[in-house]
Order: sequence, then C-alpha cells, then structure tokens
Amino acid sequence: MGTLNSYLSKTYDSSPLIVFRIGFGLLMLISLIRFWSNGWIEELYIDPQFHFSYYGFEWVKPLGDFTYVLFLICGLSSIFIALGYKYRFSIILFFLSFTYIELMDKTTYLNHYYFISVLSFLMIFLPLNIRFSIDSYQRKISYNKVPYWTIDSIKLLITIVYLFAGIAKINSDWLFKAMPLKIWLTSKYDLPLIGETIMHKEWFHYLMSWGGMFYDLLIPFLLLISFTRGFAFLLVVFFHVFTVILFPIGMFPYIMIFSALIFFSSKFHEKIIYNISNFLNKLIKSKKIFKFYNTYKIKNTKILYPVIVLFFIFQITFPLRNLLYEGELFWNEKGYRYSWRVMLMEKMGYTTFKVNDLDSGKSFYINNSDFLTPFQEKQMSFQPDFIIEYAHFIGDHYKLNGIKNLSVNADSFVALNGRKSQRFVDPEINLYLEKRSLKNYNWILPFEDEIRGF
Amino acid sequence: MKKILTLLILILLITCSKESGSDTIVSVVDATPVVANSSDTSANNDADSNTETNTSDTSSDSESTSFDRKAMLENWVNNIIIPLNEDFKTKLNSLKEETSKFKTSPNSENLKLVKEKWLIAYKSWQHIEMFDYGKAEEIYYQSKMNVYPTDTERVERNISSETYNLDNANNNDAQGFPAIDYMLYGIADTEEKIIEKFSQSDNKYISYLTNVIDKMYRVTSEVSSYWTDSKDSFISSTENTATSSINKVTNDFIFYYEKGFRTNKIGIPAGVFSGTTLPDRVEGYYSKIYSKELALEALAAVENFFSGKKFNSDIKGEGLETYLNFLKSDGSDLSKSISDQFAIAKEKISGLNEDFTSQISSDNNKMLVTYDEIQKGVVFLKTDMLQTLSISVDYVDADGD
Repeated sequence: MGTLNSYLSKTYDSSPLIVFRIGFGLLMLISLIRFWSNGWIEELYIDPQFHFSYYGFEWVKPLGDFTYVLFLICGLSSIFIALGYKYRFSIILFFLSFTYIELMDKTTYLNHYYFISVLSFLMIFLPLNIRFSIDSYQRKISYNKVPYWTIDSIKLLITIVYLFAGIAKINSDWLFKAMPLKIWLTSKYDLPLIGETIMHKEWFHYLMSWGGMFYDLLIPFLLLISFTRGFAFLLVVFFHVFTVILFPIGMFPYIMIFSALIFFSSKFHEKIIYNISNFLNKLIKSKKIFKFYNTYKIKNTKILYPVIVLFFIFQITFPLRNLLYEGELFWNEKGYRYSWRVMLMEKMGYTTFKVNDLDSGKSFYINNSDFLTPFQEKQMSFQPDFIIEYAHFIGDHYKLNGIKNLSVNADSFVALNGRKSQRFVDPEINLYLEKRSLKNYNWILPFEDEIRGF
Repeated sequence: MKKILTLLILILLITCSKESGSDTIVSVVDATPVVANSSDTSANNDADSNTETNTSDTSSDSESTSFDRKAMLENWVNNIIIPLNEDFKTKLNSLKEETSKFKTSPNSENLKLVKEKWLIAYKSWQHIEMFDYGKAEEIYYQSKMNVYPTDTERVERNISSETYNLDNANNNDAQGFPAIDYMLYGIADTEEKIIEKFSQSDNKYISYLTNVIDKMYRVTSEVSSYWTDSKDSFISSTENTATSSINKVTNDFIFYYEKGFRTNKIGIPAGVFSGTTLPDRVEGYYSKIYSKELALEALAAVENFFSGKKFNSDIKGEGLETYLNFLKSDGSDLSKSISDQFAIAKEKISGLNEDFTSQISSDNNKMLVTYDEIQKGVVFLKTDMLQTLSISVDYVDADGD
C-alpha cells in the first residue's frame, strides 16, 4: 500500500501531456479532413442502402446528410482539444461523435479507429488542459507538474496495444509459414529497388514476420528505458513507415509514431512547447500574467481511480476473450475484433445467398450488388457476423416483397492465408432461422487445417 | 530534438509521396466504369520485342528469378488481344459484305451465307468479349455488341419508324449480334417470309440490318485501333494498382467468367436468379441451334486466355497460369485446379442440347448441374487466384482483417 501511495503521489513535468494533447487534436483533425476529402463520408455512410451494425449497437443508425454535421462536430472538437479549449467538454464530445461514426457501419471497422475511441475515452480523465491551453489561459493558472501516473496511463495503453499485437503474431501461420506477409510482400513487386529483389525472397518474408513479432513485443520496453529510447524511436519510425509503403493503412502509422513520443523525457517536450510558444508569440503579443502553480492535484480521485483501474482491467482482459471459444480463431472470428490483431491474416471470401420460397418450392440466388457496395460485399464474404446479419436482411426484404414463407441459405467459400478455398457456411442450414449471438455459430463449417498459437 | 523533427518531416514527405503510389485497388464486382488512364511510365521497351517463351505451363524457378510481368502483358496484347481483335474485325467485315450482297439479291442462298458469316463472327466475338478495357470500356463496347434478350418490340419500332439512334443506351438491346439473330431467324416464322420482309420495297428491314452491322463494325474498328495505338503503354503498366493493365485485365477476365459467361449464358436462362426458368433469355434464342456452340466457344476463350495460349497456335506464353505457378511455389497446384475445373465445365456443357431453350424445357436440372461446375471455377478465380495475386477489391483504409 505504501508503494502504491508513493507511486500515486509521484509527480512529473506536465509537458508530455501537453504535447500529446496538441498532437492528438491535430492528427485527428487531419484524419477527419482526409476522410472527408476522399469522399468517404458520402461513399461509406450516406450512399449505401444497408449498413452492418455492431452487436448491441443496432440502434446507432446512419444519419443521412446529417452525417456531415456529425463529422463537423468531431472535427471542431478535435481543434478544441488541440487548443485546449473547454477541454473536458471537447474530449467527451470528440469521443462520442467519433465513436458514433464508427458504430454506424461495421464495414469500416479498423483497429486504429477502435484505438482512437479507447484512447480518447482515457483522455477524458486526464488533465491535458492544465497548461499551454486556452482553458489555462482563461483561468490564468498553469501547472507545470502532474501526477506521474497520468503520463504512465497513456504509456500503459500503448504498451498493451503493442503487446497484444505481438502476442497475436505468435501463431504457426505467421511464424512458420510467413503468412500472410509472404503474399503481401510478393505483391509489392513494383516498389523501386526492393520490389523485384528482396520482396520475393523467402528469407525476407520470415525476417519480416519474426521481426514484426519481436518489434511489437519489445518496443514498449525499449521506449521505456532511456538508454535505448532514441534507437527505439528510430525503429518505430522505420517500422511504421514500412507499413505505410506496403499497405493502404491510413493514419494508423502516423498516430503510432506520434504516440511513441509520450515515452520521451520532459526536456524533449519542453523544447517542443518552447518552440511552439515562441512561434505563437510572434503572432499574438500577449502579456497576461500567469500564476504558476506547482503540481496539479487530480480531483475526485475516489471515483477516478476505480474508473481508470476498471478501464485497464477491461483493456487487458477484453482482447483475451477469444480464449473462451473453441475452434479456429481466424476462421470463426469470435473475439477477433478489438484484440489488436492488426494486419494479421489474409482472408478472402465468396459468399452468395439463395432464397427459397417454401410454399412454391422455387429458389433463386440473389445479386449481392443489388444490396451491398463492393466494400461491404468484400467484408461480408468472410465474416460470420456480417453473414448472419445480411442473411436476415435478405430474408426480411423478400418477405416484404411477397414471399411469405422463406428460407435463406448461403453458398460460401473462404481462402485463408494462401490455403485453398474451403466451404465456409453449411449450405443446408437456413440462416434466416439462426440468430445473431455471442456464441460460436454452428453453421460455420469447421476449419480443415490447424493454426497453432494465440 | 531538431534532428528528430527534421527526421519526422522527412518521413512525412517520403510517406506522403509513397502513399499515392501504393494503392492496391481493384473492383471485381461491376463498379463505376473507370476510364483507364494508362500510367505515365517511361516505357523504354522496344515496342515489337516479343519475348516469346515456348514454355507451356511449367512452373518457373521462383526463388532465383522473378516473374516477367512485362512478358505476360506483351503476350496478352501482342499474341492474344490484338490478333483476336483483328480476326474478329475481318470476320465482321465478311458479314458486312455478305449482307450487302444479300441486300442486292435477297434470296435463300444469300441469306444462308449471311447466317453463316453471322455465326462465324459471333463465335469470334466470344473470344474478345472479356477484354472490357480501355476504349472498349469507354464506349461500352460489349453492350453494343451482345446484349440479350433482344427487345423485339423496340427493334420493330425502330425499323418502322426509321428514326433511332443506335448510340443511345436505350437501344443496347436492339442492336448487336442478338438483334441480328432475331432479324435473320425471328422476324417471321418461315424463311420465305423472312426473305420477303428483307425484299420489301421500303427497304426498312434491310436498312436496319445493315445499320446495325455498320455500327458494330465502326465500334470494332475504334477498339481495334485503340489496341494497336496503346499497346506500348499497356505493356509498361505492370504495377500492382487499380488502374494497371494487369489488375484491370485480370478483373475483367474474372468478371466476364462470372457474368458474361456463367450468368448470362447459363444462370439466367436456367432460372438460377429468378426461381423460374427463363428459356427465352438464352444466347442465340432465335436461331435455336447455336447456344451450346457459342457457350463452348466462350469457354475455349476463357481457357485460352488463362493458359496464355497464343492466337492460332498451340504455344502458350506467359499468362495467369504461369503467373500462378510462379507465385504458388509451395507446390500447391492452383492453376491445375482451375484448368481442371474448366475442363469439367466443358464436359458438362458438351452434354447439353445444342439448343439451350429446349434443354431447359426438357431437363433443366442438367443446366443447373452445368451451372454448379462453372460456379466452382468462379470461387477459384475470385478467392484463391485473387488472394494469390494479392489483388484487392476496394480501396479504403483496411486493416488485415
């Protein structure tokens, strides 16, 4: 108890939090602008006639043209976060709006969107506006020290993400078959210099697979130790830039590169703040006088500490839920999402549906493109929860169109990590009668191979 | 501190420029027609260098050499696409000439010759329908040549009104080979009456026939010249991006196999998508005896392209088959599974009645069995092959789930 208390009362310079806040706000703003300027708001949230929903969040519906307003709100809140203006309100608003955007359609699930939701939730409880922000400017109070655990909490979250990502790579496909990197690296034959040379080499595939695993597992510790920190950061940059070159992975690498800065010392962050404030002073001449308090004391710790503890307990246990299920994780995907399994498998499916009019005995195959966008069809084709939701949608649609008694069967094949495609869904089972559930689906056929590991 | 900042900025600059070049985007399902802007690469290859390899489907030594994609593209365009297009153009021209002879003397003998030339050209068409690329994509070539079933009412309306614009998309199902099929076999119930209609003094029927064929010849010439003009940029576009030649042609091929071949020729008429059979939706409905012949020709086209077989020869050059053999160095025989499946489909189609309409009425189950075997090939192409080639379906940020 004594060590816990002394840990909780340890303090540190507040600069890392400040730089984190500013960078986070700016990166989020860039993210949203990029999303909008690519036309994806229209393409992904407004145009499709059907959206896949998250379990338990079916009530989160797309908003038509109002979606633009939602993005605007999210963007504005990210600006306010960067500026530290009405911070608590802004970060909560950001968390809610960003998460709502994600919940509207499961098709666009990305691990890094989930990461941002989780991180922004944590940031609600951290004192990020107590210095170098409009809030502190208006209150005329600035704190140059914060409890050390507030900075540590961000480091802990990042560590958790990396560690789980590393553990996820400890599987026989990744390590002993160099899959799926073997497929992905070979396909990048058009890269200058390396495209036709090392990208084809088997030793390179294995090097990248094993290297990726060790990177994920070791990097948090290399960043923590001040002796290895500089080198570790170079590794971070190299690793994530490499993923940018290889994959269409969006903002994730930049967010991870930036987040690694939280491990750096206060000296480093002070310099950044110093440079920014010099720059701003040239623009805005102000002579407000600040009262410099020493240490920011967290309020309401009786409520706050349990929340943070529960938060981290969740972060550590939730990614492990796949252990509760039998069967091959990569195949059934129960517990695959929200577990930091990033770019871990190459899975491609082909799934069509047959509607049977039970009264007349007639059957017909439907055209997926009548209901789904190509992106949605791709995501649906190999993920069971998508398949069952879509099967119900199809059944409901044709029921409305006059077929009173119907059944829906799926003709589905999936190829995983370079294996020959295998039938995925039991074609005899009427999916319209099956329910969406957290349990394993008995209508998914067993995986005809074995992948050992996590 | 400064070092890190400069490093970061450098990284940002590098990655921003890299990002634009690294999309692996392709739509397999029929998405919006993308005008293929062939990449502005510095093609410093000798335009007529035919690196012909006399290999058939032997797997290359994948570790020491890399796959010569340029050679594959060269084989595709020089030995397959251009010769097939030229051959088709010639046969279409032959149909054109025969038709004008028929116009001058509309008799039974000449009608028979027109019908012959129509079939020859139609069979040749089966080999190029899958190349919906470049000019063909731009002018919706395929939909001007082979949309069926023909809207016979529209055809009759066009003929009698004499005011119609074949460029208008509304007339897609009133022109092309299927419309000719109708005119040569379906405008009356005996051959004599058909010839009578073509000999009418107002020339309405014969004009329409000649106009349709003229239109077909015009667009074919456009597409043909496009191929000869753009073959260099086609060959040099070897990148793994949405608009590269490799990706687009591969996707066009798969799309054709699934839609043009499987769905249109077998699936729709057999009632796979509608619950009830639609026997009047077969290819060559009016001539009644050619649906199987055309389907077999189309399947031959599919097999030939997949194996990289050069036009009018038994030699196979680089193609999807050799590409897959190279990539699947682990010994799994994906390309063999695919060609074997094509062979099974061929066997099934061969066992059908030469007139699919009558097959459907007498025993539709055989059509469905045939459909299933063709369908297995779709799965191989759309999952196994695409996964091996690492051509993805759409571009949005995507983690590897």
